[in-house]
Amino acid sequence: MYDAIIIGAGMSGLAAGIRAAYFEKRVCILERHYTIGGLNSFYRLRGRDYDVGLHAVTNFTPPGSRHGPLARSLRQLRFDKDEFQLAPQHRSQIAFPGCSLHFNNDPGMLESQLSEFFPSEVDSFLRLVEELPDYDDLDEGHYARSARQVLESYIQDPLLREMLLCPLMWYGNARQDDMDYAQFVIMFRSIFLEGFARPHEGVRLILRKLVRRFRELGGELMLRSGVEKIELDQGRAVGVELEDGRQLSAPCILSSAGWVETMRLCGQPPAAPRQVGQLSFVETISTLDQMPADLGHEETIVFFNDSEQFHWCRPTTELCDLRTGVICTPNNFDYEPGLGDLPDGVMRVTALADHAGWTGLGEQAYQAAKQDWGRRSLASAVRFVTDYRPHVVDTDMFTPRTIEHFTSHVHGAVYGAPGKFIDGKTPVQNLFLCGTDQGFVGIIGSIVSGVSMTNHHLLRN
Amino acid sequence: MTPDSIREVIVEILSVINPDNVDQLAVMDDEQPFREQLDLDSMDFLDIVLELRKRFRIQVPEDDYAQLDTMSSTVAYLQPLMQDI
Repeated sequence: MYDAIIIGAGMSGLAAGIRAAYFEKRVCILERHYTIGGLNSFYRLRGRDYDVGLHAVTNFTPPGSRHGPLARSLRQLRFDKDEFQLAPQHRSQIAFPGCSLHFNNDPGMLESQLSEFFPSEVDSFLRLVEELPDYDDLDEGHYARSARQVLESYIQDPLLREMLLCPLMWYGNARQDDMDYAQFVIMFRSIFLEGFARPHEGVRLILRKLVRRFRELGGELMLRSGVEKIELDQGRAVGVELEDGRQLSAPCILSSAGWVETMRLCGQPPAAPRQVGQLSFVETISTLDQMPADLGHEETIVFFNDSEQFHWCRPTTELCDLRTGVICTPNNFDYEPGLGDLPDGVMRVTALADHAGWTGLGEQAYQAAKQDWGRRSLASAVRFVTDYRPHVVDTDMFTPRTIEHFTSHVHGAVYGAPGKFIDGKTPVQNLFLCGTDQGFVGIIGSIVSGVSMTNHHLLRN
Repeated sequence: MTPDSIREVIVEILSVINPDNVDQLAVMDDEQPFREQLDLDSMDFLDIVLELRKRFRIQVPEDDYAQLDTMSSTVAYLQPLMQDI
């Protein structure tokens, strides 16, 4: 018997678990997979360390900062301010045909780029920033509004609107074409006003710290323990049955499995398609024989789009949509001099992908498609960055199939369902959501989600 | 517990919730609201209550959170709850 069962050992589940265990709840985290992290994880292949999921931690504020979601999350987990050993980005870029904007963790850089390339929009941009609601002031009304419409009321130039939306959608928009205004605000603050950072060791450092803290506090983590169903008694959740037949009971269940996935575990009928996320990715990770900076590539992250119109939707005619993409270079963060560079130069290229197409392939066709689209992704990327292809010594790739396998998210939907469940409530009593479908994405967003859902549904009584 | 020891407990809890507060805690005016002197947000007030529950098994109902406004009001509110500790 536990006080709480948490489904999923991703960032949100681990944060929820730490918070609950710190306040003396007997808590158990169930993870279907043999490792932790969910979408944000890591692995070793042919002697090299790889990260999946996050390119960067968003919401960066300089070491010692007391405000913002990053500082608050660390405090709420009783971590030291510099626990995640975050190194800030060099600078990133939004690259469109004939126009590119650089930005870094100082909002002044984007502002000066706008003065240079969109001088007539600077005042409107500053007004947009000035009038941007604070994180804590977002309500249902902000979720119901269209980010495109709000943006149009400030920014006249359609190209600039598309350029601003491109990174924000890439890093956290579960809806196709448009974005909830609240989600726009969260992403805008976390990317343009706060910024990107990364631990030298990557996501494994953050996960290791979370798990260690959870266990120190007496929390129980069960790997290879997929939930078969959530047990209900008179409409309330009372426990779970695991895939291997074990039964666990608890008066409170917090699920990071996603809305549709969690409802399925309760035996609810399949969801309407509109409730299921459609956006999935492929990512091609290349190891280079040189450091990217030595090849002349200084940017940390490049968000590219090859026309003036930014398209954010599931590809329907091909396996991938290579018109837009993200190129991330983990080497290009300002690591402490004592830590040195990473062991290898790495370039990661992400593209939109069609889950149905990828999962419909037989094994041989799947391997061939990985080869083919990996090559095409790189060809697409080098239209916007220096051609690093002659320096590639090893490549790995993840697809919607990989994402679905590791996250159990229906359709391999990276950012989950298009509609979010901000209060975390479900139609089932004692069953609550945390993580992607509750509404926050990214590492800090996931931690905020885990902490706040635990506060609301587990600790406040 | 005496009012002085209760005060010490609260100072300790506030410094755990936000270690940045240590310097301000040393010069805090007990009659002025915490919020005006320390770096605390609404979530931090929940943490004060949770830390009290964890350490002393004291339940502070949500309706009483307003009592945790200043150091003086907090100590006065907690005194009857902590007299046997």
